[in-house]
Amino acid sequence: MTPLLQVENIAKFYGARIGCTDVSFDLYPGEVMGIVGESGSGKSTLLNCLAGHLTPDRGAVRFDTRADGLRDTITMSEPERRMLSRTDWAFVHQHARDGLRMNVSAGGNVGERLMAVNARHYGDIRAEAIDWLGRVEITEDRIDDRPTAFSGGMQQRLQIARNLVTGPRLVFMDEPTGGLDVSVQARLLDLLRGLVREMNLSAIIVTHDLAVVRLLADRLMVMKDGHVIESGLTDQVLDDPQHAYTQLLVSSVLQV
Amino acid sequence: MSDYNFAYLDEQTKRMIRRAILKGLAIPGYQVPFASREMPMPYGWGTGGVQVSAAILTPDDTFKAIDQGADDTTNAVSIRRFFQKTAGVAVTEATKEASVIQTRHRIPEQDLRDDQILVYQVPIPEPLRFLEPSEVETRKMHSLEEYGLMHVKLYEDISQHGDIATAYAYPVKVEGRYVMDPSPIPKFDNPKLEMAGIQLFGAGREQRIYAIPPYTQVVSLDFDDYPFQPTKADHACDLCGAEDSYLDELIVDDAGGRMFMCSDTDYCTSRRKNGHVGAQGVPFKEDAA
Repeated sequence: MTPLLQVENIAKFYGARIGCTDVSFDLYPGEVMGIVGESGSGKSTLLNCLAGHLTPDRGAVRFDTRADGLRDTITMSEPERRMLSRTDWAFVHQHARDGLRMNVSAGGNVGERLMAVNARHYGDIRAEAIDWLGRVEITEDRIDDRPTAFSGGMQQRLQIARNLVTGPRLVFMDEPTGGLDVSVQARLLDLLRGLVREMNLSAIIVTHDLAVVRLLADRLMVMKDGHVIESGLTDQVLDDPQHAYTQLLVSSVLQV
Repeated sequence: MSDYNFAYLDEQTKRMIRRAILKGLAIPGYQVPFASREMPMPYGWGTGGVQVSAAILTPDDTFKAIDQGADDTTNAVSIRRFFQKTAGVAVTEATKEASVIQTRHRIPEQDLRDDQILVYQVPIPEPLRFLEPSEVETRKMHSLEEYGLMHVKLYEDISQHGDIATAYAYPVKVEGRYVMDPSPIPKFDNPKLEMAGIQLFGAGREQRIYAIPPYTQVVSLDFDDYPFQPTKADHACDLCGAEDSYLDELIVDDAGGRMFMCSDTDYCTSRRKNGHVGAQGVPFKEDAA
C-alpha cells in the first residue's frame, strides 16, 4: 500500500535556532496522525512545512498525487502546489478568522473553493454550500450571513465546511478546538470524527490537548524542542508513555 | 509655439511610457508597472490617462476628451485644453474625427475604427483589490491564473441582490488569460471592449498601464445560470430619441420632474443635427446654447 504522505527528514531552522528537525513518518489513507507537544516545540512549524506554507531547509514531503503518484511537494512548482492546496489538501486554522473571509457570506466562503476549481453554475454552488452547511450543523437560513455574525464554534465549523467542500484527501488541522469552550469542543470533535470516518480522510492534527488526540488520532507523535521524542499508537503512547517528557505531559492533564 | 516640450512630458519619460504600452499590448490585460510622473493635476483627475495620451500623441493627431461621455464637463475641457496648449494638436468633439480619444468612465456610442486609439483613465487597475488587500498576493493570483475569488464577488451579488448587481467596472477576462478591470465604465459598454481601435488604460496613482489590442476577445465574467447582461435605463433619450445609447438621469425640478438623456454628448448632438427629436427635446438649431 502506498502511503498518502511520506515525510523524510524534515528540518526547518530559524537562523541558528531549531524549528523542527529529523522528522520522518508515513501517513496512510484514512489514518489520523496527532502531533502533541508544548508551545514552542515545533509542531506548528512542522505542520506549515508539510502544508507548503513554509519551505523546509532539508528533507522531502512526498504526496500521493492523483495523476502521477508520489511527488515531492517541496520541489514541485508553485502552481501545482497551490492547486493541491485547494483540491486535495485542506488546512483548518486555529483561529477561524485566518481561514475564513470575514467580509464574505457563509455561502460565499464555502463556494470559494468550488469556484476556484471552475464551478460556474450559481444554483449548483449554492446547493452544495447549503448541503455542507447542513453537514456542519449550520442552518440554511444563515447562508447569507457573514462569519462576523457567527459564534466562535460556528466559525470553526464553517471553516471546516469551506475546507472539505472539494473533497480533499488530506486535512491539516492546527489546534482546531483551541479557544472553544468544552461543550462546543465536544460537538466539534464529534463532527470531525464523523467526517473523517465518512469521507475516509487522512488528517494531521496539531494540538496540545491530549483529549483531542485520544478521540481523533490513530497515531501520535510527541515533540519537544523541535525533535520527535516518542511516537506510536495513540492509546499506547498515552497509557504507557516511555519518555520522561511524555510521562510529564500525560500526568499534567487535569482530572475533573 | 509653446514653451513646453511637445505634449508636456520629456522625451525620456515618453519613451518609458511607450515601452510600457508596447508590453501591455503584447500581453493583453496584464498590468505593466511604469514610473508614473507628477502631472499638473491631482491624482484621480486622469493623471494616468494624460501620461498615456502624452506618450502617443503626434503633431498630426486630432484629440478628443470625454468625461462620462460628455465633452463639456470640467475634467474633459481642462484635459483638452492641456493638450491644446502643450502639444498644439487639433481638438474636436466629434468622435469620428478624433484619432486619440481620452475617456473617463465611458466608451463612445459610435464604433471606433482601426486608426483610432481610446485612452482610459483608471482609478484602480486591480480587479481583485477589494477582495484580496495584499498586492503581493493578487500579483501571484494573476500569474497563476487563480481567479476563483472574482466569482465569489459575483456570487455575493446574486445572494444579496438576486442578480449580479455590479453595474460598472465589471470584471472581464481578456483573450482567455488575464482578468482585467475595464475602469469604471458601465457594464452596458462591456460588449464594446471588443473593437477595431487600440485601447490603452493608464492608472497614474497606481502606476500601472495595460492594454487591449484591436479585435481581442474580451469576455465579461458570469455564471452559467446568471449570464452577463449589459443594462441601461429602460427609456429613450428625451433629447434625441435614441433607444440604443447609455442614458444619464437628470432631475430637472424639485417636483419629481426628470429626464433621460444620452451620456455621449457627441452622439446626441449629431443625432439631433440629423433631425431626431426626443420626447422633451426641441429641433436642433446651430446657434442654440
